[in-house]
Amino acid sequence: MMARPARALLVGLAVVGAGIVVAALRVNQYVYFAGYVVLQYVVIATAWNILGGYAGYVNFGTPAFFALGAYTAVFLIQSTRAPLPVLILAGGLVSALLGLGIGYLTLRLRGVFFSIATLALSIVLQTMIINWEYVGGSRGLSVIRPSGPPFGSYVTFLFTVMVLLSVVAVTVARFIERSWIGRGLAALRDNEEAAECMGVPTLRLKLFATTVSGFLLGVAGAPFPYYVTFVEPNSAFNLDYAVNALAMPMIGGTTSWVGPVIGAVLLGTAQQLATVTISSEMNLFIVGVVLVAFVVLAPEGILGLVRRLRGR
Amino acid sequence: MAGTLLEVDGLTKRFGGFTALHRVSLSVRAGERFGLIGPNGSGKTTLINCVSGALAADGGRILFEGRDITTLAAHRRTRLGIVRSFQIPKPFTSMTVRENLGIPLEYAAHARSQAGDADAEAAEILRTIGLEAKAHLRPAELTQIEMRKLELARAMAARPTLLISDEAMAGLSSVEVDDILALLFRLNEQGITIVMIEHIMRAVMRFSERVVVLDAGERIAEGTPAEIVRNPAVEKAYLGE
Ligand SMILES: Nc1ncnc2c1ncn2[C@@H]1O[C@H](COP(=O)(O)OP(=O)(O)O)[C@@H](O)[C@H]1O
Ligand SMILES: [Mg+2]
Repeated sequence: MMARPARALLVGLAVVGAGIVVAALRVNQYVYFAGYVVLQYVVIATAWNILGGYAGYVNFGTPAFFALGAYTAVFLIQSTRAPLPVLILAGGLVSALLGLGIGYLTLRLRGVFFSIATLALSIVLQTMIINWEYVGGSRGLSVIRPSGPPFGSYVTFLFTVMVLLSVVAVTVARFIERSWIGRGLAALRDNEEAAECMGVPTLRLKLFATTVSGFLLGVAGAPFPYYVTFVEPNSAFNLDYAVNALAMPMIGGTTSWVGPVIGAVLLGTAQQLATVTISSEMNLFIVGVVLVAFVVLAPEGILGLVRRLRGR
Repeated sequence: MAGTLLEVDGLTKRFGGFTALHRVSLSVRAGERFGLIGPNGSGKTTLINCVSGALAADGGRILFEGRDITTLAAHRRTRLGIVRSFQIPKPFTSMTVRENLGIPLEYAAHARSQAGDADAEAAEILRTIGLEAKAHLRPAELTQIEMRKLELARAMAARPTLLISDEAMAGLSSVEVDDILALLFRLNEQGITIVMIEHIMRAVMRFSERVVVLDAGERIAEGTPAEIVRNPAVEKAYLGE
């Protein structure tokens, strides 16, 4: 028998290895292009769920965190042409700081009021970016990819990076869920007052959740400028991110790390297929219909359905 | 006489312009069975909210084992050994009964002393309180009395020095009241100091060694149960309700 962490590490490495193999296959470039978006949603949904699913604080401001990661990268590309790993780390850290900030909001705002505040935050941040010419302002900015990716085309390279980031995000979420932190977050999600009275340091745990969630959302956004090569506020702060970040965990199931992964892969793939076969406007429509169906028929997501079918 | 465990000194609490507690003082001795009574709305729950740290006091001091805890965070007070149960049960709804006990065991009891065997401790508490058959159910599947028992079991799992029970018996039948009373007596014999808050006189009079009466946010009487029932001010407070 192998120790559990060792096994988890092995599975993670296997997924990254599989990603590299897929990248080496050199199938149609579109596959990598679409696969990147799906994987980006695995990171986003997993990150969102650490706060929304585990702690029960619904964040409508995903675009703010994602775009902050992306614009931190844009700023560093403009000023220093920093390498991709630095962009990802910096994007994560800046968004983590924003996460820490909204963590303190939870002192005063709960439930729907917290959600509204995060939505407002996204709007405020977008307005600030629109007025910041250095990173492109409202017109946006062309970003030139570094010449010569380590392997393959730049898109296959970014695809592989996103595989790695997904594995990191999911591993972090899984670790949190199974640790004393995850149990404390579940307690405060169920009843914050009772959790505090049972010895749970609720504020510290909430700050931890908002910071880690913010970090991973920023990480998801940091490679975005190189992926799209033209960054403008409307795409970086797209409402799709807010809706998908919430819908994917809800559809998959919010109480376990698997839920957001299932939701992101299913919904993300469906959206990518709809974009090529029907139209890109169908994206949100699909999410809306599926989300309503799930909220009404299977409020605990696919994981809940599976559990019910197994008769537990 | 044993030493003072909890001392509340001139506690004041306001909600906007409304004074819910006005300079209330009381002290609870180590090992004591202490009763806190008063008509509905007299400030009993507010008082224990201040003692447990759920609410910040507007004036006065709270000392526990001689230490000033007036501004200490609620979870830190729990770890010191001040544990309260809620008048309206607040179980962790997504967890089983057993898992409900796991939270205080992990966060309060074992944060204080050496880590123990949580499974064995939870099983023992559930047996004591008579919920062992329900260990794997969720709170939504429990009856009213079982829910009250879970509330007490969870408080016990935090390994309290001082257990504050807020109307654990309201709405229960007299057999069920006796059940809970017997349990609290047993906990007290194990050395846990107990503050019992009750609206019903009968149970609290049988249980308490000493009683403090609140009315409209003020302390109006203190004494043994026998002294309290003869006290005209107490009678007036209850009849004038
Ligand atoms: N959070 C609160 N905000 C405003 N008023 C409150 C709050 N909590 C209690 N009160 C008021 O304080 C008074 C005392 O309430 P409470 O302590 O619950 O009484 P008891 O537990 O003795 O029945 C009541 O008048 C109640 O309405
Ligand atoms: Mg009360």
